[in-house]
Amino acid sequence: MNIAQIRADFPILQRQVHGKPLVYLDSAATSQKPLAVIEALDHYYRTYNANVHRGVYSISEEATEQYEAARDKVQAFIGAAQRESVIFVRNTTEAINLVAYTWGRQNIGPGDEIVLSEMEHHSNLVPWQILAAEKGAVLRHIRVLEDGTLDMAQARQLIGAHTKLVAVSHMSNVLGTINPARELADLAHSAGGVILLDGAQSVPHMSVNVQELDCDFLAASGHKMLAPTGSGFLYGKVELLDAMPPFMGGGDMIRQVWLDHATYNELPWKFEAGTPNVADMIGLGAAVDYLQSIGMDAIRQHEKQLTVYALGTLGELPDVDIHGPRDVDLRGGAISFCFGDVHPHDLAQVLDQEGVCIRAGHHCCHPLMRKLGVTATARASFYLYNTEDEIDTLVKSLDKARQVFGIPSPSGRGLG
Amino acid sequence: MSLPLDDLYREIILDHYKQPRNRGELEPHTVRAEGNNPLCGDEIQVDIRLKDGELQDLAFQGRGCSISQASASMMTEAVKTKPVAEVQELIDTFKGMMHGEDVDLEALGDLEALEGVQKFPVRIKCALLAWTTLEEALKEASA
Repeated sequence: MNIAQIRADFPILQRQVHGKPLVYLDSAATSQKPLAVIEALDHYYRTYNANVHRGVYSISEEATEQYEAARDKVQAFIGAAQRESVIFVRNTTEAINLVAYTWGRQNIGPGDEIVLSEMEHHSNLVPWQILAAEKGAVLRHIRVLEDGTLDMAQARQLIGAHTKLVAVSHMSNVLGTINPARELADLAHSAGGVILLDGAQSVPHMSVNVQELDCDFLAASGHKMLAPTGSGFLYGKVELLDAMPPFMGGGDMIRQVWLDHATYNELPWKFEAGTPNVADMIGLGAAVDYLQSIGMDAIRQHEKQLTVYALGTLGELPDVDIHGPRDVDLRGGAISFCFGDVHPHDLAQVLDQEGVCIRAGHHCCHPLMRKLGVTATARASFYLYNTEDEIDTLVKSLDKARQVFGIPSPSGRGLG
Repeated sequence: MSLPLDDLYREIILDHYKQPRNRGELEPHTVRAEGNNPLCGDEIQVDIRLKDGELQDLAFQGRGCSISQASASMMTEAVKTKPVAEVQELIDTFKGMMHGEDVDLEALGDLEALEGVQKFPVRIKCALLAWTTLEEALKEASA
């Protein structure tokens, strides 16, 4: 992997913030976009902007072709057997809600159990809370152990005869933990249930194959994987999607409509009511091409190296406390940490002056924050364009925060 | 353009952050109000004791960033033993300052040090948290 060349593909990495080079360490929130994606949007709007499907004229056909080509690219990217399995949505949140409102409403009843975990993002908690309240179902949560991994022994007890659904994060956006998705899928299936994987953090950063994982649903966001905001997808096994009622009603999702009833379109369009996000999905296709050209294994390897480096530098500072697994085989490149008594927001504010972007807050994980005994953490997260130099800048910038808040510099490290 | 951090982290703010005044619980209290800032996860609890139309005593506790904690500490010093009507006036003036309105800064005394927060829009809520919580407490007391 040629990092200099990759960085040159991302125009934003050339800019400065407060007179310092931008050090973007918040890709777990949203990734930066390569020129190839920006140009795909530009090209669509400049040369073939038209609504998709049913258009008889050339530019509508071109738009349809590119929109549907993006679906084929996503299908190949996640190793899905059929293109009908890939439903385009705005983001992971919408994908999970789609499942909750359709499959969930149809299949979950009183006393049924939905197994989640304590490390879930609000988007994989709240839709199930709403569903459970409506149906009288029961929510169960797999514990998070001290080392930031799931308590699989407890999971094996929890997932049982009453389990209808297991919905867990494939990779934690706070702890970086990669959860044993295949093992959880097998547990869900032997209990007669289905599994939904929240792939928001895993799909952009590692090779994810839905057939190898045997997951029933996979939700992911395009904007975290180099694609424009407003692009995301839901993968579902065709037999499940076929049996599900539609999510939203409207144009494009129908076959025939009468005044008082309608029949629905086939997959995947049954779940894509209204004019879709054509441009951004075409952008998603370009993002997948870009990622494929570099290779997901190479990207994962690069981020592993960065994570090792960060754990060995940032993680070794006496006033830095890192949450999540230390073993980089068990984790991705999202590193949450606390810095002395300095509130993460204060830290992020000071780092911003150095051009360093980190996220600070609860990361949409209130329950996990409570579990960790903090109200917020700081988080640095890496992607294919980040470098060890940038981690050095982060570490050096901590001295600025020490200065502002009157914290003594740890021995052996002078002011940067 | 670079925003001077010194405008945000003024010495008096850091002093109140490190050594908060009137921190803890107040017993007995007339009203206890809780506030939180969902953005930062900041939490605050404000206890007030009213007597004869006066805010006789108050205390706060909570977890949050330097701005929210310092603002709370400075607030307690500014409003303690003041008539409730005056406290409400000060709350309005402080909110006005945070929203960039033309207010009488002199009336704010030391609190003027928090004016710099204005330049950092995401932090304004941090500075206001204690104040809106105190306002809630006063409202509840008069209800």
